[in-house]
Amino acid sequence: MNLDHSPEVEAFRAEARDWLRSHVPARPLPSLETEEGFAAHRAWEALLHGDRWSAVSWPEEYGGRGADIERWLVFEEEYWAAGAPGRVSQNGISLLAPTLFDHATPEQRARVLPSMASGEVVWAQAWSEPESGSDLASLSSRAVRTEGGWLLHGQKTWSSRAAFADRAFGIFRTDPAAPKPHQGLTYLMFDLRAPGVTVRPIGRLDGKPAFAELFLDGVFVPDEDVIGEPGQGWRIAMSTTGNERGLTLRSPGRFLAAADRLTRLWRERGDPADTALRDRVADAVVGARAYELFTWAGASRFGEGGRIGAESSLNKVFWSQYDIALHETALDLLGPDAELASGAWAEPWLFSLAGPIYAGTNEIQRDIIAERLLGLPKGRR
Amino acid sequence: MRFLPTGEQCDYARTLRSLLGAAAVPAAVRAWAAGEHGPGRALWSSLAGTGLFALAVPEAYEGLGPLPVELALGFVELGRAGVPGPVVETAAAAVLLAALGDEALSKRFLPGLASGGASATVTLPGGSPYALDADAVTHRFTVTEAGELRLAAGPGDPLSSTDPARRLYRPPADGELLAAGPEVAAAAGTALRWARLLTAAQCLGVGEALLARTVEYAKQRTQFGTPIGGFQAVKHRLADTLLALEFARPLLWAAALSLSPRDVAAAKLTAGEAAYAAALTALQLHGAVGYTEELDLSLWLRKARPLRDAWGTPSRCRAEVVAG
Repeated sequence: MNLDHSPEVEAFRAEARDWLRSHVPARPLPSLETEEGFAAHRAWEALLHGDRWSAVSWPEEYGGRGADIERWLVFEEEYWAAGAPGRVSQNGISLLAPTLFDHATPEQRARVLPSMASGEVVWAQAWSEPESGSDLASLSSRAVRTEGGWLLHGQKTWSSRAAFADRAFGIFRTDPAAPKPHQGLTYLMFDLRAPGVTVRPIGRLDGKPAFAELFLDGVFVPDEDVIGEPGQGWRIAMSTTGNERGLTLRSPGRFLAAADRLTRLWRERGDPADTALRDRVADAVVGARAYELFTWAGASRFGEGGRIGAESSLNKVFWSQYDIALHETALDLLGPDAELASGAWAEPWLFSLAGPIYAGTNEIQRDIIAERLLGLPKGRR
Repeated sequence: MRFLPTGEQCDYARTLRSLLGAAAVPAAVRAWAAGEHGPGRALWSSLAGTGLFALAVPEAYEGLGPLPVELALGFVELGRAGVPGPVVETAAAAVLLAALGDEALSKRFLPGLASGGASATVTLPGGSPYALDADAVTHRFTVTEAGELRLAAGPGDPLSSTDPARRLYRPPADGELLAAGPEVAAAAGTALRWARLLTAAQCLGVGEALLARTVEYAKQRTQFGTPIGGFQAVKHRLADTLLALEFARPLLWAAALSLSPRDVAAAKLTAGEAAYAAALTALQLHGAVGYTEELDLSLWLRKARPLRDAWGTPSRCRAEVVAG
C-alpha cells in the first residue's frame, strides 16, 4: 500500500503544471452558463485540445494522451490547483465519451470524439422528462422508425447547457409494446439545430440561462447516430450514469482546491475563538482528504480491472453533501458579505445546492447503496 | 501508487478475523467486565501467536516491526470482534519505549511486549488521565506533563467506565522513575499518535460490526407484514452509516502510511464519529431490544462512545487538523 507516484507520473504532473501556468487565463472567464462565457470556454477547450490536454485519458488517435487513471487524477489536481476554467465540454467528455468507448462503432468514435475534444461540438445530455426524473425508465419520448433512421417526438427537460450546445444524447422509447418500462429504449445522438427541435431556456436558481428544455417534433436521426442496438438503450445508459456519479463528474482536485481556499479564508477572516466555525473548517479539510483518498483507493481497484459499480453512489452522496457544507462554511466566515452575488463563494454555493438533485437524487442513491451494497430488500420508494 | 492493502496484508487481516470469529469473544468481554481476566488472556495469547503485538516492536528487540499499516488493519479486526483489554495501550507502550531509544529499557520491556507474554497500560500527556485495565496488566507506565516516565507498582484507584469492559484506574503519582527529559516528551508524542491511529482502527471495526448486525436484524425483523429493511427511512440510515465508514477507511490507511499528526487526527476524528453514529443507528433500528444488556449488540454499543473520545476527542483532532 502506498500513495507515492512514480517519477514518470511526477514528470507528467510537472508537464501539466507548466502548461497550465503559462496558459490559464489571468482573469476568470465569464460563466460558461451564459452565451458570452460559453463562447469563451469553447475557445479554452480548443486551446487545451491544441496541446492534447482536453481529454488526457483518451487514446492519442482521438486527441488524448492515453493517460491512465492515476495520471488523469494527477492532471485534475493540477488543473484545479491552477484555477483553470470550468469545462464546457464536460457532459460530452464524461458522459457520452465513456459510452462511445464501450458501445459505439469505430466509425462513430472517429466521427464524434475529435470534434468533442476540440470543443468544436459541445454536447448536452437529454435524459429527464417532465414526468420522468428519478423514475427515468418511465420516459415517454419516442423514436419512430422511418427510412434510414428515426423520428423523435416528445419533450426532454433539465438539460444542462442545452441553450448554447450543438448536439445532444439521450434515450427514447422505440418499442412502446415492450413488457417492462426499461425495455424497448434506444440510445441516440441528435442535432440541437435540426428541424423540429425547439430549445427553451429555463432560468436556474443561480440566474444563469444555459439550462433548457427541448421540444422534439419529428426530428430526424440517421441510423448512424444510434449507439448500440435499438432496444438496448437502458443498459447502455446505465453504464454512463455510473460514470456521472463516480469519478468523472467531481474530481477530488476540485474539492482539494476549494478546501485550500477555505483554509486561507479562515486564516484571513476567521475568529480563532470561534471554535464551532473552526471545527467546520476542519471538517471541510478532512472531507476533501477523505474524498481524495477514497478516489485513490477506487482508482487502484479500477487500475486492476475493477469496474465502477454501486460504489459510485457512495461517492455521489458524499461529494454532493460535502460541496454544500464546504460552501456554507465559507458563507458563514464571510458574514454579511456572503450575500453579495459578486463574491467568490456565492455562485459556487448556489451551484452546490443542485448536487443532491442531479445525477440521480440522493434518495435514489441511498436506495442503491442499501439494496446493492448492503443487500437490504427492495421496498416501496 | 497502489492505495490498497497488499495480498499479504489482506491475508493477515483475514487470519485475525477467522481466529476471532472462532473464539467466544462476547463471553470473554462479559467475563472481563466482571473482573475475570482468564478468557480475555487466552484470547490475547492466541492474538500474540499471530505476531500481532510484535508488529509494534522493532526487530532488534524480537519484534516484527514497526509495521503500522499491518497493525492498523489488525486493529480493525479487534474492533470488529470487540476484543477486550488494553490492546491499544500495550502497542503504544511498546512504541513509547522503542522511540525512547534507551537500550537498557528496551531490552527490559520490549521482548515481553512483542511476544505477548507481557501486557501494558499507559497514560500520556494529551490522552486520558485514567489508565485502562491497570488491574489486568504486567506493566503500568505513566508519562507526566513534566516529561517523566514512571512505572507504577500497583493499579491505583478504580473508577467505572460507561463501558463495563473498560476498567479504568487513576494511576498512583509515584513509581519507579525510568527516564526523564525532552526525549521522553518526544517519545510520548510518537506513542500518542500510534495510540490514536490504533484507536481509530478499532473504531472502524466497531462501526462495521454495528452496521453488519443491524443490517442482518433489519432483514429479519418484520413489522406491518414486511422486513423493516425494506422501508426507505431504515435503508437511508444504514446507507449513511456505510457511507461514513467507507470514507473513514482510506483516511485510516493514509494515517498508517504517513503517521503525520494531521492524517492521524483526521482518521481518528472520522472513524470515531462514524462508529458512534453507527451505534446510534444500530440502537434506533433495533428498538427496545437494542437497549438491553442481554443482546450482544450492547458490547459494541457501549464501546463506540468511549473509543470515539479515547486518545484524542473529536474537538482535539479538529484543532490538530486546522493547525496544519
